[in-house]
Amino acid sequence: MIIDKRSFTALLLAAAFSGSALAAKTDITLGMALEPPNLDPTGGAAAAIDEVVYANIFEGLTRFKADGSVHPALASEWSIENEGKRYVFTLQSGVKFHDGADFTADDVKFSIERAKADDSTNAQKGLFENITSVEVIDDATVAIDLETPDGNLLFNLAWGDAIILDSESADNAATAPIGTGPFTFSNWVQGDRIEIEKNPDYWGEAVALEKATFKFISDPTAAFASLMAGDVDAFPNYPAPENLVQLEADPRFKVVVGTTEGETILSMNNKSEALADVRVRQAIAHAIDRQAIVDGAMFGYGTPIGSHFAPHHPSYIDLTGNSTFDQDKARALLKEAGVEGDISLSLKLPPPAYARRGGEIIAAQLREVGIETTIENVEWAQWLEQVFKGKDFDLTIVSHTEPLDIGIYARDDYYFQYNNPNFNELMAAFSKEIDIEQRDIMLKQAQTIISEDYVNGFLFQLAKTGVANTKINGLWENQPTQANDLTGVSWSD
Amino acid sequence: MSVAASSRFKTLLPGAFLVLVFFGAALISFFYTPFDVETLNIKNRMLTPNAVNWLGTDHFGRDILSMLMVGARTSIAVAFIAVGIGVLFGVPLGLLAASYRGRWADEFIMRGNDLVFAFPALLIAIMITAVFGPGAVNAIIAIGIFNVPVFARLTRGASLSLWNREFIMAARVAGKGSARISFEHILPNILNLLIVQSTIQFSLGILAEAGLSYVGLGAQPPTPSWGRMLADSQTLTTVAPHLALFPGMVIVLTVLGLNLLGDGLRDWLDPRLRRER
Repeated sequence: MIIDKRSFTALLLAAAFSGSALAAKTDITLGMALEPPNLDPTGGAAAAIDEVVYANIFEGLTRFKADGSVHPALASEWSIENEGKRYVFTLQSGVKFHDGADFTADDVKFSIERAKADDSTNAQKGLFENITSVEVIDDATVAIDLETPDGNLLFNLAWGDAIILDSESADNAATAPIGTGPFTFSNWVQGDRIEIEKNPDYWGEAVALEKATFKFISDPTAAFASLMAGDVDAFPNYPAPENLVQLEADPRFKVVVGTTEGETILSMNNKSEALADVRVRQAIAHAIDRQAIVDGAMFGYGTPIGSHFAPHHPSYIDLTGNSTFDQDKARALLKEAGVEGDISLSLKLPPPAYARRGGEIIAAQLREVGIETTIENVEWAQWLEQVFKGKDFDLTIVSHTEPLDIGIYARDDYYFQYNNPNFNELMAAFSKEIDIEQRDIMLKQAQTIISEDYVNGFLFQLAKTGVANTKINGLWENQPTQANDLTGVSWSD
Repeated sequence: MSVAASSRFKTLLPGAFLVLVFFGAALISFFYTPFDVETLNIKNRMLTPNAVNWLGTDHFGRDILSMLMVGARTSIAVAFIAVGIGVLFGVPLGLLAASYRGRWADEFIMRGNDLVFAFPALLIAIMITAVFGPGAVNAIIAIGIFNVPVFARLTRGASLSLWNREFIMAARVAGKGSARISFEHILPNILNLLIVQSTIQFSLGILAEAGLSYVGLGAQPPTPSWGRMLADSQTLTTVAPHLALFPGMVIVLTVLGLNLLGDGLRDWLDPRLRRER
C-alpha cells in the first residue's frame, strides 16, 4: 500500500488534534514543594500530607470549604443537646470506603477513639481532648459527648487530623490510604509523585477530573522550569515569589495571590537569658522593619501583622502599631534593660525563603540597634530536633500554618516557652464559650495580650501565591487549611 | 627574547596577573569597599550595573562589587588555610613514609592516605559540616583533610627517587639522621614541586569553598561568599541574570588564573623542562 507523504502528514495531524480539541482535559498535575512523609493525616504533622489527601481521599464529619467556613461532609446534619455538651450527628447514607466497606457510625467511633488513644500519634490530639465518649446510636447516627460545652467542635472535626478511617484499613493509611473521598489513591513513586484517580462510586457530587498527579519539586528553579515546560499544570503554593512577575506576564498562566493561615513570626525563646526580659523582646519588635522583610524576602507578597492572628479572620484587630519600626525606641529599651550593645543571639533558620532571606534582613536590622546575631541555617529535621523539641535557640523564623492557632500561646511547654496564666485562663474560657459575640471579644483580647507581651516578633501573614494554567478552574484561591481540594477543579476548553 | 621566555609569558604572566587582581581586591577590601556589605537597602535591590554600583546590586540591595571583594577574602582565607593544613600534615607524612620506604610505617601511612583519598572530596566535606555544623572553620578543616593525601603522596613519590642519590648517601655517611636528611636535603629539592602543587590545590580549594557555600555548608551569612552569592541568585537568573553572572565569572577567572600560574611556575621551576627548551 502506498500512502503519499502529504496525506500521511494530514492524517497524523488529524489524529493529534482530534483528541484534545473536542473534550476538555480531565487530568491535572499539581506541583508541590514538599513530599509528604506518609499519607495518614491522623498520624503526622506534615502539611504536605493534608495537601494531598484532604477532601480528595479522606473526609471527616465536617469539612472546610475554600472560604474557610465549616460545612457538612460525612455528617449530613447535627443537633446540639444537653446544654452544648452532646452533639448528635446524622450520617450520610450510602457512603462506602474505597475498598467497598460500608461507612457507618462504628467508623466514627473508631476514628475518634483512635485519635484520642494514649498511643495515638495524632499531631493535634488537643482537638479531641474535650470529647469524653462517642456513642453509636444506630448505623447512621452517632453522638459525641463533651466534658464542657465546646463551640469549636464542628471546626475541630473539619481538620485533616479528624478524618474518618475504616478500622479494617486504618493501619495501612500511611502508605495505602483508603477513605471515602471522591478520589482513590493509585500510585506513589517515592521522591517523585503521587497519583490519585476518580472514585466512580463516590457518594457525593461527582468530580470533573479523572486523574490527578501531585509532583514533588523542592528546588524553586526546577519548579519554574517545570511550569514553563508544561510538566506541571499548577503550583498551588509556588515557592519562589521572585518569579511571579514573569509568570504573570506569560499568557499561559494566571497568578492568584490569596491568603493562608501562615502567621510568619520571629519566634523568641522566652526562657532564654536575654529574651526573658520583655523590654528586650519589645526592643527587637521595634527594631524590625516588616515592610522591608515583606519586600526583600517575599518580593512584596505578604501582609504585616502585629499579633499571632490572620488579617482575613473576622475577629482580627490591627496591632501592628504596638511594634512600629522605631530604632531609637529599640535602643532606648535595650539601654533601659541594661543590655545595650552587649547582646548576642542565635538565629536558626529553616529552609524556606521567608526564613533564610528574612533572617538575613532581620540580622542586619538588629545589628543596627546593637544586637548581634549568629545565623545558622538548618534543615527541617534539625530545626524540629534543636528548636521545636530541644528549645535550643534564641531566635528562629517560622510560619505557623494551622488555622486559628493562637491557642499555642497557652501551651507553657511550647517551643517559644511563653508563660502567662491570664492568657491560659482566657483560652480555657474561650474553648468553652459558645456565644459568638463573646468569642469575638475573647479572640481580640487574646491578640492584644500576646502583642503587648511581645512574645514573638510578629512579621507578616504568608501569602498564598498560586500559579496555574489559565484553563484550570476551581482551585482554592486562599488556603484556610492545608489542602489542595480538587473536588471543584475542572479544565475549560 | 628567548623562546623559553616567550612561552613563559603565555601562562605565567596572565596567570600571575589574574591572581594579583584577585588577591589585590581581597587586600583592598580590608581597608575599603565601595559600600558596606552588611547594610541592606531593600529599596535599591537588583539594580543593573550603573555609575554608582559598578556591578549592580543584589536582591537585598547590597553592592555586588563590594560583596565580591569581601567574598574574595573568604575564598582566599579558606583555600589558603586548607592548603596550609594539607602541606603541614601531608609533607611531613610523605617525608616520613619515604624515609621508612618499604617498611610497615610507610605502608601504614600511605594506606591511611589511600583511605582518605578514596573518599570523594566533597563527600568528606559534607560529612564534616553535617556533623560539626556549617561554617567557614569546618569548611577549612574539610577541605584541608582532602589536601593531606595529595601532598603526602607527592612528597613521598618525589623523595623516594632522591633517597638513592649520592648526595643523600654522603649525608648519611656524614652521620645525619633520617629526619635531618629529610628536612635539610630532601625537602629543598622537592620544594618546586610542592609550590606548583599548592597553586593547583589552592584553585581546587577555592572551587570547594564555593561548592560548599553553594549548598549552604560554607561561611554563614552575613559573611559574603561567592558560592552563596551564586546560590542566592539561582532563582533570580531570569529576572536579574547579573546576580549570578558576576560571582560565576569571578570564580572562573580566579581558578583559571591559579591554574595558569601553576602551569607557568612548573615550566619555570622544573629544571628538566628548562633544559629542554
